[in-house]
Amino acid sequence: MIIRLWINGREFSDEISPDTLLIDYLRYKGFTSIKRGCDTSNCGLCTVLMESKPVLSCSCLAARANGFHITTIEGLQEEAEKFGGYLADEGGEQCGYCSPGFVVSVIAMKRELVDPTEEQVKKYLEGNLCRCTGYQAQMRAIKRYLGI
Amino acid sequence: MNFVNKSVRKKDSMALVKGKPVYTDDISQGPCLIVKLLKSPYAHALIQDINTESALKVPGIECILTYKDVPQARFTTAGQTFPELSPYDRLILDRRLRCFGDPVAIVAGWSEKSVDKAIGMIKVNYEVLEPLIDFKIAKESKIIVHPEDDFKSLVEVGADSKRNLCASQTFEFGDFESEFDACVYKIEQTYQTKANSQTPMETFRTYTYLDAFGRLTVISSTQITFHVRRILANALQIPKSQIRVIKPRIGGGFGAKQSSVSEIYPALVTMKTGKPAKIIFSRKESFTNGRPRHQSEIAIRLGADADGLIKAIHLHSLWNAGAYGDHGPTTAGLSGHKPLPIYCKATAYKFDYDVVYTNTMGAGAYRGYGATQGFFALESAVNELASALNMDPTVLRMKNILSENEVGSLMPAYYNEQLNSCKLDSCLVRAKEMAKWDEKYPKKELDNGKVRAVGCAVAMQGSSISGVDLASVELRLNDDGFYTLMIGASDMGTGCDTILAQIAADSLDCELDNIVVQGVDTDLSPYDKGSYASSTTYLTGMAVVKACESLRGKILSEGARLMDCSAENAEFDGIRVLSLKDNRTISLTEIANQSLVGTNNYISASAYHSSPVSPPPYMAGIVEIELDKNTGKIEIVEFSAVVDSGTLINPNLARVQAEGGIAQGIGMALYEDINYDSRGRMMNDSFLQYKIPTRVDIGKINVEFESSYEPTGPFGAKSIGEVVINTSCPAIAHAVYNATGLNIRELPITGEKIIMELMKGRSIE
Repeated sequence: MIIRLWINGREFSDEISPDTLLIDYLRYKGFTSIKRGCDTSNCGLCTVLMESKPVLSCSCLAARANGFHITTIEGLQEEAEKFGGYLADEGGEQCGYCSPGFVVSVIAMKRELVDPTEEQVKKYLEGNLCRCTGYQAQMRAIKRYLGI
Repeated sequence: MNFVNKSVRKKDSMALVKGKPVYTDDISQGPCLIVKLLKSPYAHALIQDINTESALKVPGIECILTYKDVPQARFTTAGQTFPELSPYDRLILDRRLRCFGDPVAIVAGWSEKSVDKAIGMIKVNYEVLEPLIDFKIAKESKIIVHPEDDFKSLVEVGADSKRNLCASQTFEFGDFESEFDACVYKIEQTYQTKANSQTPMETFRTYTYLDAFGRLTVISSTQITFHVRRILANALQIPKSQIRVIKPRIGGGFGAKQSSVSEIYPALVTMKTGKPAKIIFSRKESFTNGRPRHQSEIAIRLGADADGLIKAIHLHSLWNAGAYGDHGPTTAGLSGHKPLPIYCKATAYKFDYDVVYTNTMGAGAYRGYGATQGFFALESAVNELASALNMDPTVLRMKNILSENEVGSLMPAYYNEQLNSCKLDSCLVRAKEMAKWDEKYPKKELDNGKVRAVGCAVAMQGSSISGVDLASVELRLNDDGFYTLMIGASDMGTGCDTILAQIAADSLDCELDNIVVQGVDTDLSPYDKGSYASSTTYLTGMAVVKACESLRGKILSEGARLMDCSAENAEFDGIRVLSLKDNRTISLTEIANQSLVGTNNYISASAYHSSPVSPPPYMAGIVEIELDKNTGKIEIVEFSAVVDSGTLINPNLARVQAEGGIAQGIGMALYEDINYDSRGRMMNDSFLQYKIPTRVDIGKINVEFESSYEPTGPFGAKSIGEVVINTSCPAIAHAVYNATGLNIRELPITGEKIIMELMKGRSIE
């Protein structure tokens, strides 16, 4: 089947097999920031934005992205550098493998939540796992980024 | 000092937070064979017959390899210095299958779909054997996991494969039995810990190809770049000179990648076909075919006099190696050799262990490396002793633990090493203040049926393996005066590339950006045993200090020679060499540029370091929990930790190590547990079932440091990476005791276990 979609503002049209997952399609197209950390929609590493909403690209058929705008961290470089700077200032990126999905989720959260509490932040990002940090440095970075 | 003890950003941070392609799968795009494994559906079986004929006909399949196609030389996948203490007990593929998931065939093809299809079409006849699942009956069992005659233990560790023994040793200092007999207070208890999966976010993965010289090139997510070269040479039976291993950025390790888990399969395929190949373990495969923490049963006998002075400790560890002995002898050793020395007033110590084979997944290295299990047992027993004495457990510890006062003395339970630095006493004092211990101990009942309680533990670890580990570095002066630091230590996200650059920058009096760090490539990097055993900052850091010292001398000599004065009458301040007699100077830039011309000296230095001691870092941890007495549910409110890691090279990175280690420990304490069914199949092989802590599960973690100065470490540094996982389990168990009066001596401490125990005393209303 043929899908047409926009990735980071650029239009793509491709012949794909109907069972292609969005994560595999995006990585195949060179958006290698997207990582797979599990097989069960638990880790959040593969998070991308579909029409501004965070979705798990491992649990979404590429066909479902037909006609939609997909944003990956490659399309959010300026914002990623800004939040990523706070994260790096805390040493909170560590191995960095969960960073792309996590940073995309944080950027989406900033756009979605108004003056969130720490509890709301934790709840919003609960699906973004990290095994290195124990999450504390991430929270310090988020607080500085959001100014809370 | 400008950079040591400064929280600078990691050098690779911007690439990581912006999602740049720096990991194994990112940099190995392009056509290659996809490699997957057919895995055993039985925990114990013999392959009677294997037929790959129809599977090979699947379009796109390049090769299918079985036990008939692999070298018949046993090896270990444990990443350790040669000769490894782990037995040589495995083949790449074996007719005998020793655990559920043991590889039966390696399948390579040009698409994942064709490989999956071919795997389903391989016909195998198994002779199913009775599996040995319970490690408590493994020794002397009639079921023998390794009956083969070519089982080989390179080092005498007490291995006896015909009795299912991977290792067995005894250590005694003083006369334990008579000292114990004389004790007034005695605790005799047995503690159980479970296998845990490290779950680094990047699963095991490797890409292989033949380079222009026909040599096997291996790009892999590993902590042990150089050891992988040897392991592959052993497994494939090819010369080490024919193998090159490259470590790019890696997505976490925690010890999982201190074994060679994924490298062998694509390497064999590339050797057989000459074609590039790649294997990527799914999360499920990383669970079922990884190298988890060893399951253990630890029996403690702990004796104290009437005043609460601990006089005698006996620790016996029974250790489940699983099907293969990776890291079995050594992790079991640490279960006693790390916890015992803390209680330094004892006059007798006894420590013995049996490491046994079973038909469960082969275990391996996980942060803490056996010490974590030992600390759960011993610290729990010490807390039980405090109850018996009716004494505050922090007060009991202050009477008994290593402290600054013992600096200079020998530690008989720690290989008789001299204690050079220790602030464990200050750590405990400060942790009590942070946690408001005196106010909160032992508990406070809340109105809603919940209770808040605190619990404590102390711990240590080591810094590198004394007399075994070797780290070397090379340092080059380049044009315009920037330096290249070539290292073999494997940054796994913890930041060693940056930390070593900080050490170099201060040793050379230059800016951090003036140091380019490059690693790891076995063709280019100087040898380093790799990143494990809490060694990189301590050991490789010292090699950096030495190399910088040597390079400074060469820069000084060359500067003096170019100015035609003697080096004794000159100084190098990092920017220029100054002639003290006449104040003439020559800049580093000029020396560097001159060094690349004609008959001048090219300036480089190399240095290596090995340490005769393994100085322990220390930690005190106090947890506050909220426990619901109606359901048994535990919530972590706050974890207060104080660590003595010597001088902190990068305080932020040290803090994150502590926070991350404590959080992993919380997971181990509360729910992480590899479960097998009666046939030996891991039941909880996904993140849906094997839960690791999320950000809502771990409360607030507060970390502070009480820094001693370790004279054998770079700028006084000791390690941090492992000690930080050791207090979570015993501290939480202690808090549960203070909340409920229950001693839960088996991990994980689940709500079910607590409520079932609490219900025993209650009538159902």
